[in-house]
Amino acid sequence: MLDAFFRYEFLQNAFYTGLLIGLLAPMLGVFLVVRRLALIADALSHITLSGIAASLLLSKHVVFFQGLNPLYIGLVFSVGGSLLIEQLRNAYKYYKEIAIPIILSGGIGLGVVFISLADGFNNDLFNYLFGSVIAVSRSDLWTISIITVLVVTVIFLFYKELFFLSFDEEQALVSGINRKLINFIFIIMVALVIAASMRVVGILLVSSLMTLPVAAAMRLAKGFKQMFLYSILFGEIAVIAGLIFAFHLDLAPGGMIVMIAVLILLVVILFEKTFWKISRVFSKSQKTR
Amino acid sequence: MSSPKQDEAVLLDGVSFQYGNQTVLEDVSLQINKGSFLGLVGPNGSGKSTLVKLLLGLLQPQTGEIRLFGQRISKFHQWGKIGFVSQKANSFNSGFPATVFEVVSMGLYGKVGLLRFLTKTHKQAIREAIDQVGMTDFMHKNIGELSGGQQQRVFIARALVSEPELLILDEPTVGVDVTSVRQFYDLLDRLNKEKEITLVLVTHDIGAMTDHVTDVACLNKTLHFHGNTADFEANQDLSSFYGHDVHLLTHNHSHGGH
Repeated sequence: MLDAFFRYEFLQNAFYTGLLIGLLAPMLGVFLVVRRLALIADALSHITLSGIAASLLLSKHVVFFQGLNPLYIGLVFSVGGSLLIEQLRNAYKYYKEIAIPIILSGGIGLGVVFISLADGFNNDLFNYLFGSVIAVSRSDLWTISIITVLVVTVIFLFYKELFFLSFDEEQALVSGINRKLINFIFIIMVALVIAASMRVVGILLVSSLMTLPVAAAMRLAKGFKQMFLYSILFGEIAVIAGLIFAFHLDLAPGGMIVMIAVLILLVVILFEKTFWKISRVFSKSQKTR
Repeated sequence: MSSPKQDEAVLLDGVSFQYGNQTVLEDVSLQINKGSFLGLVGPNGSGKSTLVKLLLGLLQPQTGEIRLFGQRISKFHQWGKIGFVSQKANSFNSGFPATVFEVVSMGLYGKVGLLRFLTKTHKQAIREAIDQVGMTDFMHKNIGELSGGQQQRVFIARALVSEPELLILDEPTVGVDVTSVRQFYDLLDRLNKEKEITLVLVTHDIGAMTDHVTDVACLNKTLHFHGNTADFEANQDLSSFYGHDVHLLTHNHSHGGH
């Protein structure tokens, strides 16, 4: 692997991109999970798919789009979808979560229409659905690097507002935090990260990288900052191990990454349970002494 | 009353509020002076929580005017002067992975402002607020691991950390055991007398309250009574009505009615 890594540029691209999204996806996932918005990632990834499909369709008919990275149109759709979700959440005050299935089914529906118009699936689209080790280009890597710098900076700057809003929205409002502005900025960051992640993990599996590492971290963390650290650690392990397996076994990396993330979650749950049992037995034996 | 502007922390003048076409508050006028400890009582659905939301600027009255520290609420921006402790049960998810220190630090976020970070002085203030409510030993525990009474003390520390001049507490003792409630009132007494914080306590629990508050206001859509605690207790009809009624209602509430 190490030898091949230095020999092939595509492996370097995939690996560096993987490292970046292993950081980004769990980082935003922490806020999505604690705010019970994990499904937003699914809705946005589906609308990103329709953007990719639109770009692939246009590239068949319009010269300009042939040279354009489909990631860009995907980004535009993802950000547009995130704004629509915010609008819908405000329109359905008491059933906010209905915004998610609307965008999710709308996105996949539009995507299917574009795919049919483009005369069915091609290999490229398959890579977008499930991720790919070989399809990540240098231009993808650059775009995703810029997104990483932007998202990390924004999260760092608005950390305390995001944390407060996640913990207790009413109190955050009372203390004068601008909920609309912060939510707006946050959902755009989510849209960017989803579009960035799909090259390696694939559209259908992006949301798992945002939720599974966080679900594992939640069982161990003392405090919110620790939850970040554990989530990112688990996210990176899943991406790196997943990419290595995918390369050696010639599989779609998305599936491997998710399998590793599930495995981490299972290990954490089992570890936590046995640890708890042992400590109980231990404290009992101390009492009887 | 020579200079009412200087003495008043809160002033409501002819305030009415409707949800849709249902009137919740009607023509409520109430002045809360600096340094007082007001108990606001009333049965379920009497508009107490709505009144609190109006004071916090979360709702706007259809008619009437509200002033905070002499300033119209629409122009009021010093929200750091006002601390709020809500009914614990409905405002946060107890599985949330945040330590006591992290929760209390939130009390400073509004004051610190956008794009700024907590300094050493802020962190010292956070530790002091935690110490004031006697929770220093639990500083790095997750909030979800604490008892109801302990959580409530943490939320008071969060409200105290920005050094408010007015502290509003909405049913803070619901779900808290008797010993903790006593400690809780002792803490409020200290804040009121030593730190001279104006307190507004919204509560069902008339019995424990009257030993501590300086003034009582009885609300049931309109303001039925506002005066000092001795007058409230002297008025047998009123204290028994509110006391009795409230007991009955809490009873009904917990057993799901007859």
